[in-house]
Amino acid sequence: MTDPILKVEDLQVTFDVRPRGAWPWTPSLKLHAVGGISFDLNPGECLGVVGESGSGKSTLARAIIGTVPTSGGKIIWQGTDLAGMDERNRRTHRRDVQMIFQDPLAALNPRMTVGQIIAEPLVTHKPDTPKDDVRRMVAEMMERVGLLPNLINRYPHEFSGGQCQRIGIARALILRPKLVICDEPVSALDVSVQAQVVNLLKDLQKDMGLSMIFIAHDLSVVKHISDRIVVMYLGRAMETATSQTLTTRPEHPYSQALIASVPIPDPVLEKARMRPVIQGELPSPLKPPSGCVFRPRCPKVQASCALERPQMLDLGKGHQVACPYHEAHDVLHATA
Amino acid sequence: MFPSKQTADALVQAANDAEVKGRSLWRDAAIRFRRNRAAVVALCVLGLIAAFALFGQLFAQWSNEEIDWSIMGAIAQKGAPSIANGHYFGADELGRDLYARVVQGTGISIMVGMVGSFVAVMVGTLYGAVAGYSGGRTDNIMMRIVDILMSIPFMFVLILLLVIFGRSITMLFVGIGLISWLDMARIARGQTLSIKNKEFVEAAVATGVSPMRIILRHIVPNLLGIVVVYATLLIPGLIMTESFISFLGLGIQEPQTSLGALISAGAKQMRFGVIWQLLFPLGFFLVTLYAFFFVGDGLRDALDPKDR
Amino acid sequence: MSLLRIEDLRVTFQTGDGPVNAVNGVSLDINAGETLAIVGESGSGKSQTAFAVMGLLARNGAATGKALWEGEDLLSMPQKELNKIRSREISMIFQDPMTSLNPYMRISDQMTEVLMLHKGLTKSAAVKEAIGLLDAVKIPDAANRIGMYPHEFSGGMRQRIMIAMSLLCSPRLLIADEPTTALDVTVQAQIMELLGEVRKEFGTAVILITHDLGIVAGFCDRTLVMYGGQIMEEGTTENVFAKASHPYTLGLMKAVPRLDRAQDKLDTIAGEPPDMSRLPKGCPFSPRCDRKLDNCMAEKPALVNFADGRRRACHIDWKEFA
Repeated sequence: MTDPILKVEDLQVTFDVRPRGAWPWTPSLKLHAVGGISFDLNPGECLGVVGESGSGKSTLARAIIGTVPTSGGKIIWQGTDLAGMDERNRRTHRRDVQMIFQDPLAALNPRMTVGQIIAEPLVTHKPDTPKDDVRRMVAEMMERVGLLPNLINRYPHEFSGGQCQRIGIARALILRPKLVICDEPVSALDVSVQAQVVNLLKDLQKDMGLSMIFIAHDLSVVKHISDRIVVMYLGRAMETATSQTLTTRPEHPYSQALIASVPIPDPVLEKARMRPVIQGELPSPLKPPSGCVFRPRCPKVQASCALERPQMLDLGKGHQVACPYHEAHDVLHATA
Repeated sequence: MFPSKQTADALVQAANDAEVKGRSLWRDAAIRFRRNRAAVVALCVLGLIAAFALFGQLFAQWSNEEIDWSIMGAIAQKGAPSIANGHYFGADELGRDLYARVVQGTGISIMVGMVGSFVAVMVGTLYGAVAGYSGGRTDNIMMRIVDILMSIPFMFVLILLLVIFGRSITMLFVGIGLISWLDMARIARGQTLSIKNKEFVEAAVATGVSPMRIILRHIVPNLLGIVVVYATLLIPGLIMTESFISFLGLGIQEPQTSLGALISAGAKQMRFGVIWQLLFPLGFFLVTLYAFFFVGDGLRDALDPKDR
Repeated sequence: MSLLRIEDLRVTFQTGDGPVNAVNGVSLDINAGETLAIVGESGSGKSQTAFAVMGLLARNGAATGKALWEGEDLLSMPQKELNKIRSREISMIFQDPMTSLNPYMRISDQMTEVLMLHKGLTKSAAVKEAIGLLDAVKIPDAANRIGMYPHEFSGGMRQRIMIAMSLLCSPRLLIADEPTTALDVTVQAQIMELLGEVRKEFGTAVILITHDLGIVAGFCDRTLVMYGGQIMEEGTTENVFAKASHPYTLGLMKAVPRLDRAQDKLDTIAGEPPDMSRLPKGCPFSPRCDRKLDNCMAEKPALVNFADGRRRACHIDWKEFA
């Protein structure tokens, strides 16, 4: 067993929110965007993070990459805690961890050419690289992600959404990073283009031996690309399992509800499916429910759920679930 | 990314044959600007006015301080605009050639506008971008300074400056430069706040690009659109400010003049039947202002972020 | 007679870069009480088709062809009559409910306004009916929350309010343009369930415009696939999904990752969605089609009936898809 490349231990991210019309001296409210998440990521592994909007999955990504300050817990990158890193280690961390963003066009500076955009990490971290080498490496990377290298002098607005995302991928990979965090990389793309980008990411991950954290709200996409999946709800992990186990034998009521809600493009199957639709919506993260955060919407709720936060139970084979009343149920193939 | 092998090859061929050159947003804006007829006409008019200010003196038969003794004392009768005696725009109350004076005044007025607006762009944009990007305490302090400067009655300070240090063109530039950047700083900061949250800035931060580089490479170029528009619209405002000061008699020093000073002088002489002394400078003044407004308007449409 | 019949609808927008043909000859029928899905990617013209029917095209757009509402052409109708039909017979819900809710008006005022105007109800009767409808779309505590402003509701709740508002005059046709795209999956499931109930209860015909094949599969009787402003194929949902007869439909189905299957690699459709201002002369899909024949680029395939209730526009023999 190799050492994990990234270890996240009880990570907490809290934002201060000023209530409307508050006096300057009233204390600000605490928004727990991420409230205690732990996981390991092995080299070459792809970890999927799935959750609805407001589940804190994007904040988690930004904490790992270091653009959002953490308020508790540890992020251990290759054996060193991110919080106590010296300047040199921080630079290598910045170089080795790269990110791919959701909105392909917004993630590219409209005033820079494609070549300048892709070269930016290179110029930042290896400023001594000769100009010709930079140009050659950019061209190679463009080819690698399926862009014609002679479009190097074009501007982002001259490309379609799918091509812009390829530019974003090229920028993230030009430094040959060890970990790439993809924050909803395909949700803004058309179905036919989405498949191209998913395949490209999968190929690149394999070829370059990348570790990857793939964040999305679309469970079908996450399942397709990930080895393991963490299901998040209101800043906490509900269940962690291999993608196969999670889709066929989910244990947590929320995972089950999530899977039941995902429509399957097959009319025969879809019309025969029994789908317990859970009611209600995500509560405000400013006032999370006591105990288990999923409690107000949970079909299996018990009186004890309100008392204390459920422990993460280990079911073996990397399967963990945060629910004492867990029970495997193949929601996907349940028929009425 | 290609439809099929053949088409792809054809594409590669075509692309290799012709150098693929990107069309930047600036070029797009230029194309949109050219479609706006009023703005293009206004730009041409501005060009003509600039040429007038720069080269008009070449055609003048008198300099701006020479007094034509032959018409002295009978300006209303002999000083009217005429090609014959070389006073194309007539003469002023002292018998000086109004044409030469309008040429010189237009030059000064445009220069005041340009210099003020240049200071605003350089200082205001950077100041605002730094404040907005830094955020938090730095932002707070920097913007409070702007607030304080703004709350000082600027006309009063300007007049004080001119009275204490004497009336000179340099003092006028210093005075106008001191205040013109304040609004620009606020505008630049506001824009920076919204650009700062764009994903491309986040991407740069995540890669480890230094803050100063982010401001210069990512923030400022994206601010420039709005800055250019505002700078163009600022020029007429500054011209008017200068005119007002000159109108009060505090601006430019004789024999030098500006449009404001000329209008002021013309207005005083109006009742003596020398209406041209008012009409020529006023005409140039208005045309210049309108031209700047139209160009600014055209630029705003061309650089409108909604269109991107 | 069908409820709405669209014949050879074309929509063109005049832009600074020349005309853009968003819809190029769409013909379709929808019967009372039926659910029809219009599936397509961005730029397929699916939304513009609906906007043209509703007379909601942007100012630089123009529609030709016919949209017959029980035999009367909506496109050539005077504004006044169109308004009558739009308010009583057809209603539309959008992806972003905030675009059609007035942020400065209470929900109660927005709902009763319509009822008082079109049904001539008194204020109190209108409020009562509005509360009933909000109850029907399962807004908890409707009687108290009706006095709130739109921004005080969550995204899912707003979409419920939109559905309630669209039902105010018991329309016979509901056009839903990507109604759940902005919502989370669990909320999407709630809204789709609600739309299903509403349809049963009110007998409303529904046109569901979406890019999501999953929700089509669970909701619609008939499916129509659009690409480049044209219909590629049409049939009952079961038929289209099980026996797709067009390379585009087939490609689309294979490109979607599925939760219930292990797929090693997704099949993709090469290339990008079309540029509507430069559509190819022949079949709009031909530049991306991996099975195209020699005449596909040059000649536009006609939309023809090839089996019961099924139409397709493709030069390849349909038997090859069986």
